[in-house]
Amino acid sequence: MREFSSADVLFILMAIRWTLILSLIAFAGGAVGGMVLALARTSQARVLRWISMSFIQVFQGTPLLMQLFLVYFGLAVLGLPIDPLLAAAVALTLHASAFLGEIWRGAIQAVPQGQSEAATALALSYGDRMRHVVLPQAMRTATAPTVGFLVQLIKGTSLASIIGFTELTRAGQIVNNATFQPFLVFGTVAAFYFILCWPLSLLARRMEARMRLAVTR
Amino acid sequence: MYRFNFQPVFDNLDMLAHGAWLTVQLSFSAMAIGLVVSVLGAVAKTSGIKPLRWIVDAYVEVIRNTPFLIQIFFIFFGLPALGISMSPNTAALVALVVNVGAYGTEIIRAGIESIPQGQIEAGRALALSPVQIFRHVVLKPALRNIYPSLTSQFIYLMLTSSVVSVISATDLAAAGADLNARTFASFEIYLVLTAMYFLLALGFSTLFATLRRVFFDYPAGR
Repeated sequence: MREFSSADVLFILMAIRWTLILSLIAFAGGAVGGMVLALARTSQARVLRWISMSFIQVFQGTPLLMQLFLVYFGLAVLGLPIDPLLAAAVALTLHASAFLGEIWRGAIQAVPQGQSEAATALALSYGDRMRHVVLPQAMRTATAPTVGFLVQLIKGTSLASIIGFTELTRAGQIVNNATFQPFLVFGTVAAFYFILCWPLSLLARRMEARMRLAVTR
Repeated sequence: MYRFNFQPVFDNLDMLAHGAWLTVQLSFSAMAIGLVVSVLGAVAKTSGIKPLRWIVDAYVEVIRNTPFLIQIFFIFFGLPALGISMSPNTAALVALVVNVGAYGTEIIRAGIESIPQGQIEAGRALALSPVQIFRHVVLKPALRNIYPSLTSQFIYLMLTSSVVSVISATDLAAAGADLNARTFASFEIYLVLTAMYFLLALGFSTLFATLRRVFFDYPAGR
């Protein structure tokens, strides 16, 4: 056992980069997956709607921890080497896809039907209609909840520590095992998460308030 | 080619069923106590007493912007430094209550604020007693407004509760981990476990939908 020193704080601080990298990968992957799901959810094809809805329901109706375990052990089943970063990235991407897909579906459906009909009347193709008419308007509604979800995603990366990936939480556990000062160590880790997440929460809330103002005006 | 082996899971279904029951108990207790915390938090926030509001604000912001995993580590491993020690199961319950209390506070505050002041004045003009006004003009419509967010928060709580297995509290995820350590049929176990959580979530949402129909299925007046 030794003292909790500034070197430990630095070690924990450096691990933030892995939390950020994991969050960014999951967000980027989730953005692609979420867009595909949102478009499928709002499409004319019943099969696409059904598949995307099932995907979203399964990933929103099961714990992130189980999703993480399934991917982690699933990689082994597929004969791939069990890499915690890869497993966490895949699981969080699937998780983010489901949530962003649902947020963006709502935003797409919030665009008045008439807009889409007008675009159709102007002989715009589905692609043009989405790109130039529906999605730009949906983006306004979607921004605030998307930023809000980012907070949830960053917090979610902490679970990657359970499958042994050394990000912020795992770094805290390692330091705690050496110093046995859990109050200080986990307090520090919590403070770092707070510093990452709070600005995003405030931003999301401000954007939401501005949106509400725009709507009531 | 991988060969699936569900035998260990089938041989221990009773153990997993017991774990699921523990998860249901844990979720419902956390929900019930969390609801009390939420109401107190919301009342404190809307009370107009500034220091009280600051404390509740700080609580809500800290909890909502830190991971549940860190909260449970802090409560289970950290608090003994202050002389507050508890068993894994108690720590799990406390952590879930603290967590859902923060989200619930915001939801219930929104519910209270969703009732226009004019409604209360109208109730007074109709000579309703304060208790009647609270019950019929404030509480019921407010509950109806926040019912969807409150119930999805509770389902989310149930899913989050799987994390308590990391401090070896006993729940469905812990039963799975236990089985995994004995049989190593990891993928099969977590596949079944995930399905069980999904069924629990489905059960919860069916229950909540039924309750909504019983209590709030009257035409919306605007």
